[in-house]
Amino acid sequence: MFNNRFLQCATLVAAVSASNLVLAADTIKVGVLHSLSGTMAISETTLKDTMLMLIEEQNKKGGLLGKQLEPVVVDPASNWPLFAEKARELIEKDEVAAIFGCWTSVSRKSILPVVEELDSVVFYPVQYEGEESSKNVFYTGAAPNQQAIPAVDYLMDELGVERWVLAGTDYVYPRTTNKILEAYLQDSGVAAEDIMINYTPFGHSDWQSIVSDIKKFGAEGKKTAVVSTINGDANVPFYKELGAQGISSADIPVVAFSVGEEELSGMDTGPLVGHLAAWNYFMSVDSEANDEFIDNWHAFIQDEDRVTNDPMEAHYIGFNMWVKAVEKAGTTAAPAVQDAIIGVSVPNLTGGLSSMMPNHHISKPVLIGEIQDDGQFEVVSSTDGLVVGDAWSDFLPGSKDLIADWRAPLSCGNYNVETGKCSGQNF
Amino acid sequence: MLYQKLIKGLHWSIGCLLLVLATITQAGEAEFLAHEQALIKAKFEQKEHIMMAWYKADTQQAVQLMELMLASELYYQKKEKRLYRVTDARKGAVAARLSDGESVTIAKKRNFKRVSINNHLRALFRQYIARAGLTAVEPQQRIAAAEAIMGNTDPDLIATVTDLLAQETDAEVQAAFDLVLAVATLQSKDKDQQEAAIKTLGESLQPAALNALKQFLQTYSESDLAPLASQAVDRINGKIDFYNGVETLYFGLSLGSVLVLAGIGLAITFGVMGVINMAHGELIMIGAYTTYVIQQLMPNHIGWSLLVAVPAAFVVSGLVGILLERGVIRFLYGRPLETLLATFGISLILQQAVRSIFSPLNRSVETPAWMAGLIDINPLLSLTQSRMYIIAFCLLVFLLLLAIMKRTRLGLQVRAVSQNRNMARAMGVRSEWVDALTFGLGSGVAGIAGVALSQLTNVGPNMGQAYIIDSFMVVVFGGVGNLWGTLVAGLSLGVANKLLEPWAGAVLAKILVLIFIILFIQKRPRGLFPQRGRAAED
Repeated sequence: MFNNRFLQCATLVAAVSASNLVLAADTIKVGVLHSLSGTMAISETTLKDTMLMLIEEQNKKGGLLGKQLEPVVVDPASNWPLFAEKARELIEKDEVAAIFGCWTSVSRKSILPVVEELDSVVFYPVQYEGEESSKNVFYTGAAPNQQAIPAVDYLMDELGVERWVLAGTDYVYPRTTNKILEAYLQDSGVAAEDIMINYTPFGHSDWQSIVSDIKKFGAEGKKTAVVSTINGDANVPFYKELGAQGISSADIPVVAFSVGEEELSGMDTGPLVGHLAAWNYFMSVDSEANDEFIDNWHAFIQDEDRVTNDPMEAHYIGFNMWVKAVEKAGTTAAPAVQDAIIGVSVPNLTGGLSSMMPNHHISKPVLIGEIQDDGQFEVVSSTDGLVVGDAWSDFLPGSKDLIADWRAPLSCGNYNVETGKCSGQNF
Repeated sequence: MLYQKLIKGLHWSIGCLLLVLATITQAGEAEFLAHEQALIKAKFEQKEHIMMAWYKADTQQAVQLMELMLASELYYQKKEKRLYRVTDARKGAVAARLSDGESVTIAKKRNFKRVSINNHLRALFRQYIARAGLTAVEPQQRIAAAEAIMGNTDPDLIATVTDLLAQETDAEVQAAFDLVLAVATLQSKDKDQQEAAIKTLGESLQPAALNALKQFLQTYSESDLAPLASQAVDRINGKIDFYNGVETLYFGLSLGSVLVLAGIGLAITFGVMGVINMAHGELIMIGAYTTYVIQQLMPNHIGWSLLVAVPAAFVVSGLVGILLERGVIRFLYGRPLETLLATFGISLILQQAVRSIFSPLNRSVETPAWMAGLIDINPLLSLTQSRMYIIAFCLLVFLLLLAIMKRTRLGLQVRAVSQNRNMARAMGVRSEWVDALTFGLGSGVAGIAGVALSQLTNVGPNMGQAYIIDSFMVVVFGGVGNLWGTLVAGLSLGVANKLLEPWAGAVLAKILVLIFIILFIQKRPRGLFPQRGRAAED
């Protein structure tokens, strides 16, 4: 009896490893570089699952170039230098055809030298501060002109906001975004004393004085709004304090760039109703592609309560673009894919088509949503057409003259139209 | 906050709504139907017109509908296109049709769609509800309504307020109406009226009054009344400065009480027992997660859940603490470096365990209604009620702990063991048992802190890390082994932080406080209240 069992087991193991061998021989490997432990696990774990789902679906459709796709998942553990090591491991050891990953800008900056040295392809799915265009990175999240500026326009034109609080966590994304917004607001005729800028440390939890300052700043007769680049965890105490001090969304609306459905699922949404967020996708968007995506997600994750969010859509778009580019190029070789992907258009989840631009950013619609008490957003405004991501902001003195165009003959990420020179630096 | 006051008073009227609508006349019914259909079909920008028309036609009805929309309780049935009041949009819940008061059970949630509004409409509705509230029965409501329309009036409204003022009998309401009129008449051409208005406004603490005065100074800077107005502005500004100081002190005390709560468990484990417990933050986290679990277990009694969570968190975190002490720490007594590394490892294990059990996402812990709200002292100073509870809770925990240490047998044995272990054992104290219980006590108190923190901040796997540094800071600054030291240190650090914040910014304030503590420890290594006696010498 025992022998029999043992034999069965042994054959099973042999069969599995044999099939693994067969698979390994003709699969295309896809690297997934998202933190599964540490502080960023809260946001990045979902993106890892999204990638596994997209790869599984593609395999069901017959794979790519007649081969099955094989995900290679590594855990950089929210540790920025480890991102670079893991990226090197994925490219050199596992020989992945593309990497989908990173969340924070610092993790992206950390892998940049590696992917440029080894000439790979990376898809980055999160909204970021811009001021970068690498030959090897494709930015499927929003650039500031695809999120921050339309949101400010909405507040100014629709709600008549005249005084502005720019509140952010103290790191590169809020600092750059606020610099752009400050320049933009001053260009639009907002006086310097009507702009209040405030930075707080990561994970700031005591918002009493700042909220009280905002309240006083808003009590001077002009309509006031808060533009928040406050990062993940610090948002809950911030909104709780707003509620506690009796500031409602009708008094002083807050528009946030880092609060999505996923973050809301961990918050008591009571005090948040009516506050705003600007994204390129909301789970509540009514479109067939979105319904299908949500159904697939629920089936894959086996939990009907899980939400979808904007970076997930970015991965959906990025993955489909990569698939289409590989099919167009007929190979997964990085240089061929980099050429082929420019101009590729794939459906996004809001019912339109997104295209990869020569500056490695994509075109997307911009939606403004109001938070509802069920943790979803109600779209209150959307741009008429698609907005093309701008790698170099037009509102910063250093970057206004720069453009990125990775098509031949320019092939440059930071071409200065004034001096006619490409600075040569790749980011 | 104004609006909350207003709505609290007006809430009874929603209850009467069905009654009112059920008795509308035949002619009114046709009108209601027309408005109803228009509202259901409307986009955001049309809704404003529709509701304004409705307000003109039937003010009471329109105001009640606005209130329903503000409370997100106004729905329509997608097929029959009629308005319903739905308090709970779930399958099986009851929806009440507005036109005839008929109750319908919701068979499918998707059949009902909320009549959505945006911030523009919200602000507008509040204005109109306030206008209607000027004639409310409750004086408090009339005052709230007056404050809401202040600085936001038109000649018609001024005429209405003037009429109402003539009939008004309540002195406080009269004052509020006076203020509304003063803000409006400040812009009139009549010098005498202006002078009277400036005098009225100068006595008020309303932000609208100050803004009106400032605007007056800008437009009529040449007027003879300008000195009078600027005097009034100065007087108000002086009061603002004073109340800002009071507010900062309150903020500091409440931040301090959070620091004390987070640190006081550590004052026992580190201060009394000398164990460098890096997993202290995670014990706080376990307490917060216990609150979450309790709320999941009793979803219909959120108000009570916190009271249940306090003992539950104490027990859960305490047991985890005892387990830690018996399983790991007792083998490492006298070896601080190993203890530090081992407990740091444990903190990582506990974090990842929570990630695996509850998912890496934050969990939402609801704030019970009795904790929310503001205590309005005057228009310039209102204190948040939740913080008030936290300060009181912190003091309560502190006093209890002090009583346990000073008055109970356990406390006596704990102090005996910490002062001279061998002597205590010779006197028949089971020192191992005391060690386990002391560590359990410190851990349990950390759990209680977790319950309080769940009301202020995130409940997630990383929450403990945010408090570990602060906790050590408070205990070391206060003097190791001294509960009073912990209290004084926590509160004074909180106040110092809040005093620095306005002019240094949140980031720099924190750095300055840290630098101060480093320098202080250089000068007085034993903290604010050093322990004296033989035990402290070795």
